[in-house]
Amino acid sequence: MLRRVLRQLVLVLPTLLGVVTLVFAFLHLVPGDPVEIMLGESAAPADVAALRHDLGLDRPLPAQYARFLMRIAHGDLGRSIAFRAPVATVIGDRYPATLELAGAAFLLALSLAVPLGVLAAARAGSMLDRLTRIASLAGACLPSFWLGPLLILGFSIGLGWLPVSGRGGPLHLILPAVTLALGMMGVLVRLVRASMLEALGEDYIRTARAKGTPGWRVVAVHALRNALMPVTTVAGLQAGALLAGAILTETIFAWPGLGRLVVEAISARDYPLVQGCVLTIGVSYVTVNLVTDLVYQAIDPRLRDAD
Amino acid sequence: MRTRRRGYRAVRVGAAGLLLLALAAIAAPLLTSADPYAPALEERLRPPGPGHPLGQDTLGRDVLARVLHGARISLLVGAVTVGLSIAAGLALGAAAGYAGGWLDEVVMRGIDLLLAFPGLLLAIALAAVLGPSVRNVVLALSLLGWAGYARLVRAEVAVLRRREFVHAAEALGARPGRIILRHLLPLVAPAVLVQATFGMAGAIVAEASLSFLGLGAPPPLASWGAMVDEGRGFLLVAPHLIVFPGMALAATVLMLQLLGDGLRDLLDVQDRA
Repeated sequence: MLRRVLRQLVLVLPTLLGVVTLVFAFLHLVPGDPVEIMLGESAAPADVAALRHDLGLDRPLPAQYARFLMRIAHGDLGRSIAFRAPVATVIGDRYPATLELAGAAFLLALSLAVPLGVLAAARAGSMLDRLTRIASLAGACLPSFWLGPLLILGFSIGLGWLPVSGRGGPLHLILPAVTLALGMMGVLVRLVRASMLEALGEDYIRTARAKGTPGWRVVAVHALRNALMPVTTVAGLQAGALLAGAILTETIFAWPGLGRLVVEAISARDYPLVQGCVLTIGVSYVTVNLVTDLVYQAIDPRLRDAD
Repeated sequence: MRTRRRGYRAVRVGAAGLLLLALAAIAAPLLTSADPYAPALEERLRPPGPGHPLGQDTLGRDVLARVLHGARISLLVGAVTVGLSIAAGLALGAAAGYAGGWLDEVVMRGIDLLLAFPGLLLAIALAAVLGPSVRNVVLALSLLGWAGYARLVRAEVAVLRRREFVHAAEALGARPGRIILRHLLPLVAPAVLVQATFGMAGAIVAEASLSFLGLGAPPPLASWGAMVDEGRGFLLVAPHLIVFPGMALAATVLMLQLLGDGLRDLLDVQDRA
């Protein structure tokens, strides 16, 4: 198992290098001079030259790349122009809020999708099954930037039950988490239902039923354990995607996280901060996928016992 | 049999809905005489009523006309993005799957790299550096979109390439390009068609998301995402500003999902990638 973990860690290194390289390339895709765009046309030539030097843009491209890699390796993401502070510090201040939101959305989506998918599969063809399928399709079709304002309109402005925006207690978390979770829930419900239907058609389920195992036990223990294997992979991918989805949700609810920071950085043309945010979300995504792979290998006996 | 019947029904509903939407977008000037870009400041934020069935926006512009013109942008961005992504994905995926070796390695590493990021994040970053315009949205989404098609085509071609009919064609002296075009791509087409349907839904939502963030279609263009963003500040006094463009977007995505689900059932497509 340890060898497998180490191999996975080594395999992820080229991907991380690719992510860093892509983030480095962003600054060079900016049409025109990025320094002049950041500081504006009226900036003093001395300021332009100083920032160009600070960003390393006055050096040859390979030297810029090597310097970028060295800085990243030391945890130095540069300096934010808008916040006048190190990018790593600005991101560090905002990251916990995004983790809180994405974590809540992940738990909400999973805790609703698994029971709904199992019930729909166990009662395939029933009214409950049809309603679940319609709800999951709706979840996959409703864009979060539309659903969020509608929820604010209904639950904050209309009923006055929940705060409109901002980060505070658990009540502040409900609407953003629901908005972010719905898309993931739609995907997972369909997947759990399909996996359960497949598992329930297997021979070992027929054997369990023939031996007189109670129906609930066949579904909840025998079928569910196997049906959840593919769900683990997709749930992991979706968890990573929540970090990017948070950009829209945090903008709608003025949630002070990394997603909103990306939008603020883009508006301020603060390219070092944009690079830092994209790199942080990209590395988080790769890490979540790595953890998902390892979890999958740990819970699947065919892979676990292969060592 | 039941799956095919359900697939046929879904395809009919999805295709009919999309056809209606496309016709409405093309015939927008016939459906409403209002100019989607003509302001009427004294009539701003009016709710739906006679003359303006979906109300008027923050500048007094007709919401129905803007929703219909928004459909043009959404469908255009979706279709062009999917077209460009398929063209690049087919070429690279088929070449990698057929040739194997170093070409396969290079293409696969490129695909892995693009798929190592959440798609929306890369699209936002690219649109941010390229600047807000419909052309840049298409460019950003196509630069990212090809990877999914290339992975699918590569997987299919790599399997098909070992089949006897390919060996027979090679023995008869057929060139690789001809084998791919005449013999392999027709077999890959159903899977690509299904993925393209979902891809178009994804591209339309991505365009609307970018426009919502101010990184897509610039003002005064009537993009559904930009309309929702504009209406967000007037939720209490003019909820119609977000309701109708959002409904149009959700309905379009629903039709494409139905079409994709139906085609998958009808064509019996399994995703090998």
